[in-house]
Order: sequence, then C-alpha cells, then structure tokens
Amino acid sequence: MASRIDQDQVQHVASLAKLSLNDDQLKYFTTQLDEIIGLFETLNEVDTEGIEPTSSVSDQINVMREDVADNWGQRDALLANAPESEKGYIRVPTIIDESEDE
Amino acid sequence: MNFKTTIGLEVHVELKTNSKIFSPSPVEFGDEPNANTNVIDWGYPGVLPTTNKGVVKSGIMAALALHAQVEPHTHFDRKNYFYPDNPKAYQITQSDKPIAHDGWIEIEVDGEKKRIGIAEMHIEEDAGKNTHERDYSYVDLNRQGTPLIEIVSKPEIASPDEAYAYLEALRQRIQFTGISDVKMEEGSMRVDVNISIRPEGQKEYGTKTELKNLNSFNYVRKGLAFEEQRQQRVLMSGGQIQQETRRFDETTGQTILMRVKEGSDDYRYFPEPDLPALNISDEWVNEIGAEMPEMPGSRRQRYVKELGLTDYDAMVLTQTKEMADFFDETVKLGADPKSAANYLQGDVNAFLNEQHADLQDTKLTPANLAGMINLITDGTISSKMAKKVFKAITQGKEPKAFVEEKGLVQLSDPAQLQPIIDSVLADNQQSIDDYNNGKDRAVGYLVGQIMKQTHGKANPQVVNKLLIASLKK
Repeated sequence: MASRIDQDQVQHVASLAKLSLNDDQLKYFTTQLDEIIGLFETLNEVDTEGIEPTSSVSDQINVMREDVADNWGQRDALLANAPESEKGYIRVPTIIDESEDE
Repeated sequence: MNFKTTIGLEVHVELKTNSKIFSPSPVEFGDEPNANTNVIDWGYPGVLPTTNKGVVKSGIMAALALHAQVEPHTHFDRKNYFYPDNPKAYQITQSDKPIAHDGWIEIEVDGEKKRIGIAEMHIEEDAGKNTHERDYSYVDLNRQGTPLIEIVSKPEIASPDEAYAYLEALRQRIQFTGISDVKMEEGSMRVDVNISIRPEGQKEYGTKTELKNLNSFNYVRKGLAFEEQRQQRVLMSGGQIQQETRRFDETTGQTILMRVKEGSDDYRYFPEPDLPALNISDEWVNEIGAEMPEMPGSRRQRYVKELGLTDYDAMVLTQTKEMADFFDETVKLGADPKSAANYLQGDVNAFLNEQHADLQDTKLTPANLAGMINLITDGTISSKMAKKVFKAITQGKEPKAFVEEKGLVQLSDPAQLQPIIDSVLADNQQSIDDYNNGKDRAVGYLVGQIMKQTHGKANPQVVNKLLIASLKK
C-alpha cells in the first residue's frame, strides 16, 4: 500500500493547508488519500486521445457585467463579523511580511 | 571571462476601471479603510465573482498596444496561497491560457533600436494592504479585487539600460491607451525583476536572483547594475549563484540578501470553477482596435514629418497622452506647431512644475493656448505681452477678451508709428549723429524711447524697420 502517495507528500499538503497532523493521523490520511487517488485512476481508462483539454464543464461562456461601480455599504456589518477590528481595519496578529508584493 | 546578462521583468499595471474585477465595489484610493469592500471582496462563503467586462476590454487594449496576440479562448485560474491580505486564500489570476501572448515593444539604447519580446500578459486581482505595528497588523481590503494586468517579458533584455528603456517604452504605450495611470510613485505600476548571467558561449541560462524594493525606473537600473557586477564577482572567484531574493537598498545602491528560495512555490493552480471561460471574438478585438488612441511612436513620426518638429520636441511632447492630446488639439485650432511645442515645453511645463499639477488638472485649455499663439503670430501682441496673457490663460481666461480688457494690443500700424518715430528722432539729434558715426548702440536707445512713448505697445519688429529706414534717409 501507500504506493501512489507517501507520508512526506501528505505532510507537505497538510502544511500547505495549514493543518498539523500527528503520526497516527498522518498514516490514516496517507492510506485514505492513496485509495482516493486509486479511485481517480479509473478515469485514466477513458480514452482521451485527440480530445482538447477543457477548463470548465459549464456551458456558460462570456458571462460578464458592465463596468459600473456600486458600493453595497457593507463595511460596518463586515467589520462586526471580523474577530477583531480597529479604526475601520481588520486587526490581526502581527505578521512578519513575507508576501510577494511589497 | 566575458558574461552575458539576461534580465526578466514582470510589470504589474493597475487598471483605472470604475469597479473591481470580480465585484461591483468601486475602485477608489484614499478612502476610509475597507469602505470599498463587500462580501465578495471579503471572500464570504457562497458568494460568486462576476467578470468585469471593462477589465477584459482593458486587457485587449494593452495587448494591442504591445503588439500581442489576443487569446480567443481564455479563462481564469486559481492560485492558492495563505496571507492575510487576501481573505479567500487564493488569487484569481490567469496561468494556463492568459489573455494575450507573444508581443513586443521597440526600445532604443545609445541610438540602437531593438525589439524586446513579451512572453505573455494576464489579468488578475490585486490583494489588500497590510500595515504592521508592534502589537498587531492591520488589514485594509479596499485594494482587494482591483484589476491588474501583469506583463511578462521574454528573456531578451541584455543590460540594465535596456531594462530602463523597456520600462519607459512600456509605461508610455500603456499610458497612451488610457487604461492606467502607470505611476510607480503611486503604485499603479510595479516592477518585479530577475537577473542571471552566464559565461559567453554557454547555452543554459545561469541561476537567477530576484530583486525587491525597486520603486523607480532609476532604482531598477541601479539595482540591476549592482547585481550584474555582484554575480560576476561571485562567478569569477569560483563561487556559485544561489536562487535568492535580494532587496535593493536605496541609500547604498546595493542589493542585500533577503531570503534563499528553497524548492519552487507550490501554488496548486487550477481552472477557476466560479467563473465561466471567455471567448474573445475577432469582431470585439477589431472594434476595440478601431477605437484605440494613436500610440506615441506614430505621433512622434507625424510630428516630425508633417509638422516639422525636431525629434527632441516630438519625444518630449509624447511623454504623456495628456500632453500629446493637448498639443494635437492646439495645433488643430490653428496654432503654429513650433510655437505650440515651444510653449508646452517651456512656459506650460514650468507652470506645471511650479504647481505640482498634471496638465489635465489645470485650467489651461488648448483653445486658449491656441488663441494666445495666434495673437502672437498675427502681431496683435508681442511675445513680451504674451507673458501676461499666459498667466491669464493659466487662470482659465480667454486670451482675446483679456488682451482687449487690458489694452494689451500691440501697435503695428506704420501710419501710427511713423509720427512717433519722427518726434523721437527730432528730440535726439545726438543719437542720429552717433548712428551716422557707426555706433549701432544708438538704435537700441531710440527703440527704447519709442517704446516708452507707446507705453511698451509698439511692435518692436515694425519699429526697428521704420526706424532704420528713417535713419538712412
């Protein structure tokens, strides 16, 4: 078992999702995910030779709105729902800035 | 050992649409924090984004301005990352089928022209803004969802000077489309830079480093020049370049290590399921193409070939679309092109610098500038009087009415001037003698007397001509 995905990969995916797993959970999810990937491999049996990849299964296309501004005035309600706010800002624990932009 | 330098530039351009890319919240700056946000911008469960047609149109305009191929079947992708400037924990961008690809712009460095390729350009949403204080960080989502176009160059920029020229040409072309203010100092244009070097003859690119904190074109050039030298020193001394991000220090002009990149970023892109794909028809592209403002290169050519301006004049006038439009309009209203060019580069520019204003924010109009220039050309006012008139038109006054109101009309009629000249000559026999003894300075004195008699209204050219004729009698 555990041939399609290993514990390191599951650990990596978990940290990308900001989840911390203990050893038991890691084993448990590795087995489960392995089975899920196995299930998806069934799809590989479909012959897709010569078929263009698709990005969407919806038949909707070009659904756009005109560039008209409309302020819904939801600021106070949204801030009231934030865990903490101050002077109109959302207040969060201090961040060490490691974002891509600035 | 000789090295070849390869520079890559990723330029983010902020679009000045009315509303955000995926929600109808207004795109406005300087408002109260979070005032321009709604449930979509906050990434609330169950909300759905809708694509702003104006953003797609802007993308097509940028593509046309940069000679790029518009992708007929395009869609958005989801880029996953965790950071408090973006409550959805993903950015909606384009990765797989960006809106346009394979463009180019022409640059000129030391008189040599070169085309720099553009690999691709895509439309995406901007993130919010964080400010950091000692105990907490603060999040303002007003900028969240502001539309951006990212323009990615091909690895064809070979020097810091070429990078500078590329940015300048790119800024100008985008500015002329009118889709963005493209101002680095206001953040509506942002530049990410990477650079690698390799020994001459080596096929593979060297390891590249990324530079941050380059807040002006000049800093881009300086930072790249420093980094080029640094990489050469490392390689020459037998070292290796590591893949890292470096920060440009404005005070020392050096780049400083920020962090070393380990492994590639894991953004897990996938097609954005909340937004339908876009089919961009040739008809739409052609329609937008037909409405596109004339680009700076074509205007420069026209100014030199049809209006007889110098290359330098043409270059200065095409720095911004507002200036070029103002010039075109002034000339269209009958002003002499050379005079219009001189006024715009001289008095108008000085006025704008003094006021720290952009042309479009002043009361100056092409009609009033043309009116003033026409008054000079037809001899109604002298260029000296024009100084006063210019001040008036900067306050929005109509030049002809102002001239009449202030009695600034220049005296050019010989029938009126001759008697004044005769009387001045009659009173100044000494000057006539001086003139006859070869002292040309006497003419200046006499002109001065005549100007005094006419309270400065005499047309100096006409006075000079009549005076010399009278003296030679």
